Amino acid sequence: MPTRRRFLATLTAIAGAPLVARAALAQTDGRESLIRQVTGGAPVTAGRVKLDTPTLADNGHSVPLRVIVESPMTATDYVRSVTLLAERNPRPIVATFSLGPRAGRAEVFTRIRLADTQEVLALAQLSDGSYWSGTAKVIVTELACLDGS
Amino acid sequence: MLARVLVPREARRGEVIQIRISIRHPMETGFRYDNSGRVIPKNVINSLVCRYNGVAIFRAEMGSGIAANPQLQFYTVAQASGEFVFEWVDDAGQRGAERAVITVTG
Repeated sequence: MPTRRRFLATLTAIAGAPLVARAALAQTDGRESLIRQVTGGAPVTAGRVKLDTPTLADNGHSVPLRVIVESPMTATDYVRSVTLLAERNPRPIVATFSLGPRAGRAEVFTRIRLADTQEVLALAQLSDGSYWSGTAKVIVTELACLDGS
Repeated sequence: MLARVLVPREARRGEVIQIRISIRHPMETGFRYDNSGRVIPKNVINSLVCRYNGVAIFRAEMGSGIAANPQLQFYTVAQASGEFVFEWVDDAGQRGAERAVITVTG
């Protein structure tokens, strides 16, 4: 590699690194407080929740999303609720669905708006009060104009 | 508000059935402007409930993150013949309702 190119590459890497780190930190910070809003600080375990979305959404105005929670859905062991979070949306709490033992299957489909490429998070509360989560990264090529810009 | 519900007409007792509803509604985010530059106020269907013979089997609390003309698909166990009643309300206070009948055998 020519010296000049290598020098430029190094320069970009040095300049970019803290920026990337800070952005990542900001996102996890926002996400944690958002989750706390939903759970009230109760611990959340990753797993049991699957999000089915296209990885690449042409249009952020209507992104199909299916949430599936692993649960026997019996009278004593069922999913109480599912909350969808899109932290990069201007209003990050997208929806909360209340299910119950009579659902038979813990699965909900809807269409959501995404203001940006992001990781959509679903939080499920089970009948024993525990919280479980799942995520899906969605790359949005045409954004939903949620903030008027 | 125009809505379409899809519930199987017949099912066997104990069968898990799929319920679908779509409602014609702009789900205004409150972030858009009209032609004269005024903000179009936020107006979304904020809550919906589905009752099966009077018992709530599904509820949705929704925000501006739900796409226009909201669609919902969920499941329930067919227990008895009867009626599904869907009711919803938007931020403007406008209410809507739709119903569907099911015959459960076995």
